[in-house]
Amino acid sequence: MNVVAFLLLCIAAFLGVAVLAVVTSHRRASTRIVYGATLLLSGMAAVAAFSALTGYAAAAKLVLPLGLPWIGAHFRIDALAAFFLTVVNLGGAAASLYAIGYGAHEEEPHRVLPFFPAFLAGMNLVVLADDAYSFLLAWEFMSLTSWALVMAHHHAPENRRAGYVYLVMASLGSLALLLAFGLLAGPDGGYAFETIRGSTRPPLTAAIILILVLVGAGSKAGLVPLHAWLPLAHPAAPSHVSALMSGVMTKVAVYAFIRIVFDLAGVLPWWSGMLLLAFGGVSAVLGVLQALVQDDTKRLLAYSTIENIGIIFIGLGLALAFRTNGMNAAAALAMTAALLHVFNHSLFKSLLFFGAGAVLTATGERSMDRLGGLIHRMPVTSFLFLIGCMAISALPPLNGFVSEWLTFQAILLSPDMVQWALKIIVPAIGGLLALAAALAGATFVKAFGITFLGRPRSDQAATAMEVDRFSLSAMALLGALCLAAGLLPGFIIDALAPVTQQFVGGAIPSQATLPWLSIEPSAVSGSSYNGLLVFLFITMSALMAVWAIHRFASRALRRAPPWDCGFPDPSPITQYSGSSFAQPIRRVFLAGTFATGETVSMPAPGDMRPARFTLTLSDPVWERLYEPVAGVVSFAALHLNKLQFLTIRSYLSLVFLALVSLLLVLAIWS
Amino acid sequence: MELISSLLVQVMQMTLVLLAAPLLTGFVRKVKARLQRRRGPSVIQPYRDLLRLLKKEAVVAENASWIFRAAPYLVFAATWVAAALVPTFAKGLLFSWSADLIAIIALLGSARFFLALAGMDIGTAFGGIGSSREMMIASLAEPAMLLIVFTMALVAHSTQLSDVADLLSSPNVGLRVSLGLAAIALIIVAIAENGRIPVDNPATHLELTMVHEAMVLEYSGRHLAMIELAASVKLLLYISLIGCIFVPWTLTEPGASVASYLAGFGLYLAKLAVFGFLLAVFETMIAKMRVFRLPDFVGTALMLGLLGTLLLFVSRSL
Repeated sequence: MNVVAFLLLCIAAFLGVAVLAVVTSHRRASTRIVYGATLLLSGMAAVAAFSALTGYAAAAKLVLPLGLPWIGAHFRIDALAAFFLTVVNLGGAAASLYAIGYGAHEEEPHRVLPFFPAFLAGMNLVVLADDAYSFLLAWEFMSLTSWALVMAHHHAPENRRAGYVYLVMASLGSLALLLAFGLLAGPDGGYAFETIRGSTRPPLTAAIILILVLVGAGSKAGLVPLHAWLPLAHPAAPSHVSALMSGVMTKVAVYAFIRIVFDLAGVLPWWSGMLLLAFGGVSAVLGVLQALVQDDTKRLLAYSTIENIGIIFIGLGLALAFRTNGMNAAAALAMTAALLHVFNHSLFKSLLFFGAGAVLTATGERSMDRLGGLIHRMPVTSFLFLIGCMAISALPPLNGFVSEWLTFQAILLSPDMVQWALKIIVPAIGGLLALAAALAGATFVKAFGITFLGRPRSDQAATAMEVDRFSLSAMALLGALCLAAGLLPGFIIDALAPVTQQFVGGAIPSQATLPWLSIEPSAVSGSSYNGLLVFLFITMSALMAVWAIHRFASRALRRAPPWDCGFPDPSPITQYSGSSFAQPIRRVFLAGTFATGETVSMPAPGDMRPARFTLTLSDPVWERLYEPVAGVVSFAALHLNKLQFLTIRSYLSLVFLALVSLLLVLAIWS
Repeated sequence: MELISSLLVQVMQMTLVLLAAPLLTGFVRKVKARLQRRRGPSVIQPYRDLLRLLKKEAVVAENASWIFRAAPYLVFAATWVAAALVPTFAKGLLFSWSADLIAIIALLGSARFFLALAGMDIGTAFGGIGSSREMMIASLAEPAMLLIVFTMALVAHSTQLSDVADLLSSPNVGLRVSLGLAAIALIIVAIAENGRIPVDNPATHLELTMVHEAMVLEYSGRHLAMIELAASVKLLLYISLIGCIFVPWTLTEPGASVASYLAGFGLYLAKLAVFGFLLAVFETMIAKMRVFRLPDFVGTALMLGLLGTLLLFVSRSL
């Protein structure tokens, strides 16, 4: 059977499960049935998509007589779509497996169960769609189902606010995409992607399309400054949905961006790569800085998603800049780096959200400053969360390092580009990327150290219990994939070759045939890295050290109270908290900006009142961008409101005036 | 034959860094003591310290987790592997292609990650302060180091350390502004990463100014021995790195005669002595900085690294 038809059947089955969930969601058993069904379907779809990617020969297509009557609904799988479908369904399968256990704690399952399969169906449809109408329809479907999932716990006022902000931003993004497709299709209305690919358009139109797509897809992906909804909405949803939104839905947005900019838009102005680089670099650093100062684990993870999207966009920007310069091999390297990071980030971000969800289940706490010491109570969760932390901090030999390493290698090929502006901006972007990588390490030392290490800071943390087997096995699956992708990245890089071949006209030399399975992405530089050997070396040296010590040195071990320079304090409050851990970095990087405000109220000598320290965090984008815009909108609404209370004569004259002015514009235009 | 000789070089190198590292630490301490007109402990005192620590029982806090007990071995292993990949006395290490300079930096990052976690494991205020400040310094030193790597890589067209050394020892490089900037930046990063004065004081105890010592405060016995050894290996690594990049002429070519290997070996020890001496002189001449002055100091390295990279983007010959 055609792989497109198979995947469409899977999507239909997802929708069927959604309907089933509406009917049965009040029953106790339905959680397991629904998530079991989505696990099965996502698993099959992931296998189908992955086999389509590895055995890629040519794009598969299917046209159904749905949608707009003169177009029909087009669906198509090329290498890019197959790759993203693998990412989507792998994430979907892991989230379903996790939710079989996690979903049992849901208080209002009827608010989650029907929308979860529908959300998966929507994401799959976006990637499959091959005409503008189906694409936008699927995009809106994805946005709305995810909005419903964000609103699942709507009793909390901050979740309602998150849902509102998300809805506004999603509408803005859809509007931008709608206009972009309008420009792409042109006056003849050729909405099928096939037709769009065949047509040419002036450079100005291409530039406007690029900016519109950057707004449309970038707002969904979480590019700064369009990210403000993301740290509100992603944590508000149940944790398995947060994982899907952060790990997978942002990737669907990246897919939309690649599809339109690299595939449909045709020739772009030379500065488009620079634009992407600038947005990517700013997102990477601001995202991770905001993540570092957060106290809520899930919000920290959401901000870290913004950082990783920034890294992906840096790769894409480099690919675009190289492509403009005709450096196809370098463009292939940059694009492979971006796509590999898409895959890697979907793995470790889902893993980390699952871990945060497990902690939430076990303790009922999202604030790190009320946790601590969980490594004793939840050994398996903490170990798997640690793997996720190491992977996202780009530590070898795990997978996050490989994609960042490839991005660095791509940056090192860029001095050969001819445009001076690019030559100046690329080293700065490299610096920003390096800074983001280092800060990510600090962020996740904090996330793991405060939550899992130290002494419990609350009773809930002291009495937490390990979570169920399903949740653990979902995390273990993703952890194992993180390790495997870090040790054997060559196979994934090879699988990406058809994608880069298609969009930038080049591919990285085949990696799987290199001796010892190392990766050597560029024939020009000859730099190589071998995760497998590094892992073996570290393991062997550590084992050798352990063996030597236990053979020749003292094996005696005594447990004693902590020393702490002779003054151990029994109260767990004296430990470092999350905000005190972040304080030095906050002071170095954020001092003087209005993103953080510290006030110390110190009592006068003799006053018995305790000293107080207050820390306020805010996202500078809110105050600088969103609040002015919201002010303008409400100002305009207030004044346009008068138009609602006119007489019928005034309305008629207004309509007449509008008609005349439009006709005038048309007359002058043509 | 070539394979055997390069394997031999690799094994010798791994043994060498392990054996020479405490000696270097002892030498620096001795020179510092003499400069302060003290007699100072013997040069081999670090070996005695290590042996004594290994013989003692390890006291572990009651609420320590497996991270606390595993971290010393992981930190040591990651540091040792990183040090084994930096050419010391000879080029042509067997496994040099398995990790480039970026990976070496990232391996040291892994070691720091675990050490910082171990500092937070017991839940004491000292451990937290050490970890937090260590990560603050790293968040500036690591990007600076990566930009230095960029500078090297843009000159050598490769991030592979052996290629960089090859190219820099060839006569067609000459004096370059970018490499000069990178050299200064690398020295600053090396001082910051190894917790030397003015960033941190390796001799201090029971002071709020300490960073590394605060992180490892709870360690004792064999665990402390592993951490001390890892710290010595890291110092040796950075000195070898500076030597390998900026004084690459002493490195022996692969497949050379035994005599030239011996010469390379002697020259390497001489390099260690010279750089160790300079480090001791520098540390004696300068005072420890306040913690929040450090960003200026390490930030200088970041800016110099960026400037070096930028110059090479402007022209490959700068």
